[in-house]
Amino acid sequence: MRKRNVISLLVTFSLLLLAGCQSKQNGQSVTAVGSSALQPLIEALAEQYSAEHRGQFINVQGGGSGTGLSQIQSGAVQMGNSDLFAEEKAGIKADELVDHRVAVVGITPIINKKVGVKNLTLGQLAQIFSGEIDNWQAVGGPDQPVVLVNRAQGSGTRTTFEQWVMKSRKTKPAQEQDSTGMVRSIVANTPGAISYLAFSYVDHSVATVNLDGVAPTDANVMTNDWPIWSYEHVYTKGKPTGLTKRFLAYVLSADVQHQQVGSMGYIPVAKMTVERSVDGQITKVN
Amino acid sequence: MDPIKASLLKKSRAAKSETRGKLISLVCISLIVFIVLAIFYFVASRGLATFFKDKVSIGRFLTQSTWNPSLKDSHGHPEVGALPMIMGSFGVTFLAALLATPFAIGAGIFMTEISPKRGEKLLQPVMELLVGIPSVVYGFIGLSVIVPAVRHLFGGSGFGILAGTCVLFVMILPTVTSMTVDALKSVPRHYREASLALGATRWQTTWKVVLKAATPGILTGVVFGMARAFGEALAVQMVIGNAALLPHNLITPASTLTSVLTMGMGNTVMGSLANNALWSLALLLLLMSLLFNLLVRLIGRKGAMNR
Repeated sequence: MRKRNVISLLVTFSLLLLAGCQSKQNGQSVTAVGSSALQPLIEALAEQYSAEHRGQFINVQGGGSGTGLSQIQSGAVQMGNSDLFAEEKAGIKADELVDHRVAVVGITPIINKKVGVKNLTLGQLAQIFSGEIDNWQAVGGPDQPVVLVNRAQGSGTRTTFEQWVMKSRKTKPAQEQDSTGMVRSIVANTPGAISYLAFSYVDHSVATVNLDGVAPTDANVMTNDWPIWSYEHVYTKGKPTGLTKRFLAYVLSADVQHQQVGSMGYIPVAKMTVERSVDGQITKVN
Repeated sequence: MDPIKASLLKKSRAAKSETRGKLISLVCISLIVFIVLAIFYFVASRGLATFFKDKVSIGRFLTQSTWNPSLKDSHGHPEVGALPMIMGSFGVTFLAALLATPFAIGAGIFMTEISPKRGEKLLQPVMELLVGIPSVVYGFIGLSVIVPAVRHLFGGSGFGILAGTCVLFVMILPTVTSMTVDALKSVPRHYREASLALGATRWQTTWKVVLKAATPGILTGVVFGMARAFGEALAVQMVIGNAALLPHNLITPASTLTSVLTMGMGNTVMGSLANNALWSLALLLLLMSLLFNLLVRLIGRKGAMNR
């Protein structure tokens, strides 16, 4: 008798599971995977899109720019989010992928509030991260050792930072964290700590610094006066079709770009007065 | 043919169900063996690609101390030195085991020799509870309690081997303790009786007879604990700081094999050197856990011989 109960329970359960699959088949769904810097924006827009269009779902997952690029390359997902150009990532065949730049993100150095340094030159910043400057005294701060906090190797934010600050210099091996929130709380709590963050994550618990007298603001990114920024890319394999195409059109529509993108701490691509190519060439946009 | 003969020649129901049972268990066991072999093959094929496809020498991989898989050094060799992670992993593992063993033995003696009743009623459930707590909770506690405490006491950022050791100590303590208890319980009663009959005190009996006899079992427990500590990823990653640097002291950020793996997974592309290098670390972890298992068997066999 008990055995039969167990079996009937199993049958019901598997039927339920199947039913779950079935209901999903009725609607359409696509998946976007990758960059954690872009994830909040795409997630919010996906939710909004699904609310406006019944039965059309966009699943959004993090995992990092590398995951996004390799998953889109293998065709496992419909959209791969990345902070980097596909060409910049080893092992990615960029010519198969189509780039959709959905936003721009500025990155700023952050330091522990008690350090009190307000301005650094780009050279000083590079020296700090390469380990040549290891005490805040050298840049006008208190006599306190510098504590470096890095993002994980290969992360989009770190790659962008190293590309525009370190140039060919090597970053000193130091503590690494794989999430932005963690970096912020470590810098907030550790005396003498310095790291870098996307603008949208900066809050009052940490201090930002000006670079060569330029403040880390959206306006300065738009003119490229603030050099540390990157495009947020959504890659598709070949030209997008169906729901992917409609969703990307929605993300890039003027309304969404001007309202949601700006209010979530990203910069609409249309507002940029410069354009940057893969190899870092800057051209003015009229 | 008469019915009796027929029924004797035919397979009985019991025999049929036995065949069926055997078949089911065979299928299960071969599935498990297949999965294990498949995992081994997959990890090995990816992990060895670093050495055969990307031409990194195994010696350099094990002894160099710069970890920058996406970069090349001045001689054009990729910078895949895993020594800092190997040192970090062994560091936290041994320190945690060193710290946990005396506590485990103390708790074990209390639970078996001194106060078995209270031990069973009080300590046993507490230990079982500790086993059940997910590692992310340990990591979270470590991050919000131990790291600030270390920072407060010793300066620096608070992340490092010391914080990792503290978290792992709590994590492996129940494993080591419960195996120590089993080992102590399995010491035959007549050992104790003989010792007491010779006029030894309870402490002398415990120290010189029971503990001696239980040593192989306790060692097995310690090795099991070490295996768990070695493989723990999340909790350690949260508190160790993840700096691929050779650890100079206990309070500067370091890294373990597992922490570098979890950090790097999302940021590398399948098939690239950076990704293969991570698989090599995974292979190293797999081999280490194999080694721990062999060690447990060896200790068990030695213990059996001594009996």
